[in-house]
Amino acid sequence: MTGLRRTLLTPQGVAVLAGLVLVALAAALGPVLLEHAATTRNIADRQLPASWAHPFGTDELGRDLLARTVVATRLSVLLTLGAAGISVAGGVVLGVVAAVLPRAARRLVTAFIDIMLSFPWLLLALFFSVIWGATARGAMLAIGFAGIPVFARLVSTLTAAVATTDYVHAARLLGSSSGRTAVRHVLPNILPPLVVNTAAHASVTLLSFAALSFLGLGVQPPEYDWGRLLNEGSKRIYTAPMAAIGPGIAIVLTGVLFSLLGELLSQSRPRTVHAVTAQDGSSRPVPAEGDAVVEVTDLRVSFRGDDGTLVQRVRGVDLTIAPGEVVGIVGESGSGKSVTAMAVAGLLGPEALVESERLVFRGIDMTRRPSAAERRRLGLEEAMIFQDPLSSLNPALTVGRQLTEASETHAGTSHAAASARAAEALSLVRIPDPPRRLRQLPHELSGGMRQRAMIATGLMGTPRLIIADEPTTALDVTVQRQVMRALRDAREQTGAAILLISHDIALVSGFCDRIVVMRDGVVVERLAADRLGEAEHPYTRGLIACVPDMRTDRSRALPVIGVAAQEEVLP
Amino acid sequence: MTIPPSAVTTAPSPEAAEPAASRGERLRVLVGSPRAAFVLQRLGRAAVSFAIVLVAAFFMVQLVPGDPVRAALGPTAPVATVDALRAQLGLDQSVWSQFGHYVSGLLHGDLGMSITSQRQVSQILGERLPTTLVLAVVSFLVAAIGAFPIGVATAVSARSGRHRVLDLGVSGLLGILIAVPNFLLAVLLIATLSIGLGAFPPAGWGTPSQAVLPVLALALGPLAYLARIVHIEMLRVLDTPYLTTARSKRLPGRLLYLRHALPNIVAATLTAGGVVLVGLVAGTVLVETVFTVPGIGSTIVSSITAKDYPLIQGVVLVYALLVLGANLLIDLALAILDPRSAIAEA
Amino acid sequence: MSELEFDHVTVRFGHGRSLQTAVDDASLVVRSGTTLGLVGESGSGKSTIARVAVGLERADAGSVRLDGVDLTARSREARLARRLVQMVFQDPLAALDPRMPVGASVAEGLLASGRSPNRADREARVRELLELVHVDPARAGDRPARFSGGQRQRLTIARALAAEPAVLVADEITSALDVSVQGVVLNLLRELQAELRLTMLFISHNLAVVRYVSDEVSVMRQGRIVEHGPTDAVLEDPADPYTRELLRSIPVMGRPLDLEDL
Repeated sequence: MTGLRRTLLTPQGVAVLAGLVLVALAAALGPVLLEHAATTRNIADRQLPASWAHPFGTDELGRDLLARTVVATRLSVLLTLGAAGISVAGGVVLGVVAAVLPRAARRLVTAFIDIMLSFPWLLLALFFSVIWGATARGAMLAIGFAGIPVFARLVSTLTAAVATTDYVHAARLLGSSSGRTAVRHVLPNILPPLVVNTAAHASVTLLSFAALSFLGLGVQPPEYDWGRLLNEGSKRIYTAPMAAIGPGIAIVLTGVLFSLLGELLSQSRPRTVHAVTAQDGSSRPVPAEGDAVVEVTDLRVSFRGDDGTLVQRVRGVDLTIAPGEVVGIVGESGSGKSVTAMAVAGLLGPEALVESERLVFRGIDMTRRPSAAERRRLGLEEAMIFQDPLSSLNPALTVGRQLTEASETHAGTSHAAASARAAEALSLVRIPDPPRRLRQLPHELSGGMRQRAMIATGLMGTPRLIIADEPTTALDVTVQRQVMRALRDAREQTGAAILLISHDIALVSGFCDRIVVMRDGVVVERLAADRLGEAEHPYTRGLIACVPDMRTDRSRALPVIGVAAQEEVLP
Repeated sequence: MTIPPSAVTTAPSPEAAEPAASRGERLRVLVGSPRAAFVLQRLGRAAVSFAIVLVAAFFMVQLVPGDPVRAALGPTAPVATVDALRAQLGLDQSVWSQFGHYVSGLLHGDLGMSITSQRQVSQILGERLPTTLVLAVVSFLVAAIGAFPIGVATAVSARSGRHRVLDLGVSGLLGILIAVPNFLLAVLLIATLSIGLGAFPPAGWGTPSQAVLPVLALALGPLAYLARIVHIEMLRVLDTPYLTTARSKRLPGRLLYLRHALPNIVAATLTAGGVVLVGLVAGTVLVETVFTVPGIGSTIVSSITAKDYPLIQGVVLVYALLVLGANLLIDLALAILDPRSAIAEA
Repeated sequence: MSELEFDHVTVRFGHGRSLQTAVDDASLVVRSGTTLGLVGESGSGKSTIARVAVGLERADAGSVRLDGVDLTARSREARLARRLVQMVFQDPLAALDPRMPVGASVAEGLLASGRSPNRADREARVRELLELVHVDPARAGDRPARFSGGQRQRLTIARALAAEPAVLVADEITSALDVSVQGVVLNLLRELQAELRLTMLFISHNLAVVRYVSDEVSVMRQGRIVEHGPTDAVLEDPADPYTRELLRSIPVMGRPLDLEDL
């Protein structure tokens, strides 16, 4: 649990821990130390407003309200823990029962949980408090029971998620009984999220108690919790507002403390780095060096690692693409090939820190925010195709809208003209019946078709560069062939240069003029696609040899390269 | 604003994923359109829920330990009075005949007689329900209309990372508004805006200025909560590949956020909106009590304290109807605005 | 002797109008001591076949037999026989419990062998298996997150081997891996074939990979077996037009892609 220790040592973690210690101390020692101040009646000092002697004022019997607020910590926290305990225990039992029941009964129980969940806790708690009466114990039962559906749902969702994992499948194949699987696999994996939610739920429970007591349905005099104090204080709000605000502060702070604890225990989002370097405001003039489409010199891209330090994922890459040239970048995962492509397109998000000596697309400095004119040119001249055709088209917009919008926005093309053009583009990538397809949503198209529609989108402007980042990795080989054919047709039609990113060196060698081999963020070799046999770097040679193809000698072991070779631990 | 965090963070029921899909499948075959199947299924669920509530509201009184009539009238009431009331409430009959009376009464709109005021429960509810409805609907509109611009703006700003201090401030403020329960917010509003500044009356109902504080107390928490949902959903969508595609077309921010991002947060936001709406309905109980608004929320508290069981039963039924209606409304909106996710759930 | 036989297996999903036939009357035989490669595209039903073999999916018609015992039956005999068919999954990260030390995961495989060894024997056997798949036995106490993708896949292979399976079903086991790591896993399979005379059903979309490890090949499309035969015969002289298209679509190192119409 080093991760937990690390989170607890952040400023937020220290604050939450300190707060928890404080609440625990108040609950443990408050009634012991302040009992006298909280209960001694002093009619002379009754109903005093806030002062230095009585920061929250006094009540109608002259008792110090700050002392009463501190003393009330114990009852408030104990009731909260009791109710949260009932919710969690009941929820776990119901959730587990729902998980192990036969299908019909299970469906009945989950439907019941669903229905219970559709009612807000306050109404459920009010309902139960009718039955159990307006007492502290009744309120605890009421709030505890009202929380059961939430946890039952949580447990059954978590359990179902774990139960469909491959490791549970594997255990089943190996003859592990359901009981053993539950104890060894399911329980350890649902426990952490359950703990997180319990902490968050304690916050809700605390506020619920305050609400019930505030309504006069919870703790009854002479006992008092924070809600009760708030209830009594709110009656005197005209004369002594602190009498109500004081206990209110205790409620909110403790509630926030519990929910912060929950947030702390769950994994937090990775932090973003803010790429402000190279944005010195003044637009650096970019001297045109030849007529290259893309010029990259000494590109470096860093991301924030798990431990907060910057990790360089692209380490000094140079790349030049001539007009109409087809260049492939090959590498394994972590080689930095996709990050390089995204940097060339200027599309890396705020989590990336991009530095370079030169990063230019047709005279446009990609390290700065582009001007309006530059945006227009980029929108028309640069096209992108991404790996996953399922998620790279917007699921909520028609294919037609997604094809036409760039030229409508940037070239001012009329909708009719753009639609006609879009239909042409779809036929060029060999999608049958373009008018119908233009009206459809992306999910109505097959994966290969969607990828070709992406290519067609790029054809709507006057593309000078098409960046295709693993465009066929998610597709079958026969579909890959159709997509590559569409890409080739697009190039023949427009004369655009292509930057193809792939892990498949055979594919790249069969499509590109030039190959750039990347590994661990650096370029290890550049060579012409038809001269693979002359590769000099051992990594390139290994990459070529380690992939079995239709001529590989089946009687011999495949050569092992790179990381894989280092992994080979031979005893 | 007290909404269980897990109500939103947990995924849809696991069972809905597979067996329910096949159930929806059969329905779909029956009615033809998947959207109609979804609506029918939700109507069915609401009907079953209401049936459960009917039974629960009836047995609630049966489950009260001891003698409810004695509890309502107090230990000093003469035996004759207790017996008379018991006969009037029909509690001297068998459980099943009581249940029969209860159901047939409901069918005629007869909810029985309030013990404390000796008036028809349906009459009391009829007088008070419009107030609660107005309060809840206006508050929901305020929350929904306020949440979208705030959520979208903060998400866009947070992603760019250029106004970190402002972002932190706004998200801190939203966090506080979510954490402060509405009854406490109500007390604070009275202390500052009403007693401190004298801007609005601290209690009562009837004039627009009297409505300002109750609406604020009820709407601010849900507004902050909904804004945070919009914010989180927006951040999620801004990181999707299709938004990268849209950015690669160098579309202006207006198109990027309104055309490409917004339609994709509708489903999640509506679902959260449902939670908010239901929470709002329940919140009227507290807010009406603080501001002495003559709605059904303040009725339920006084009737529980007075152990006025027929009135409690009536209020519970009306609140359950409101909650089920709110849920159904959200489901219908989902079916109209985002048919894809509705179909996926059907 | 262990022979896995699929006899006219049909699997359907869904109801009514959306009824889909994932596997359509498919028959296959995995002969003892040999590897049968099953190729096909996504949605061809090849993974469903694998899941039927190990009981994660039910066949609507037909049967799967291991040495004559019907694995789809509910008898005790069938249950014991099913444990002799073990599967290695596509994504090794999903197939290992993230909170369980890898040694314990591998030891889980011993459950299926039916023996209940004492602690020392169990540890010795786990050590032996880890060495067999070239993972340092000293790391048995580590969680899966501390291993690379290739190492994780070798661990799941070790777990399957711990069960002393008669037949190993490998479902796309190299698809989630980098090419260099894929080579290591394929080499391991070849070693195991030689050392243990493994009987294996090897499923992949990658024809070249299937060719490298298989003695026989079956080609599947839209739930049907469209072609079957010894590896060399099928790949050198495919009879089915679909197999020919598949062969033609595979990029060949250093040769321009064949993008012309057929």
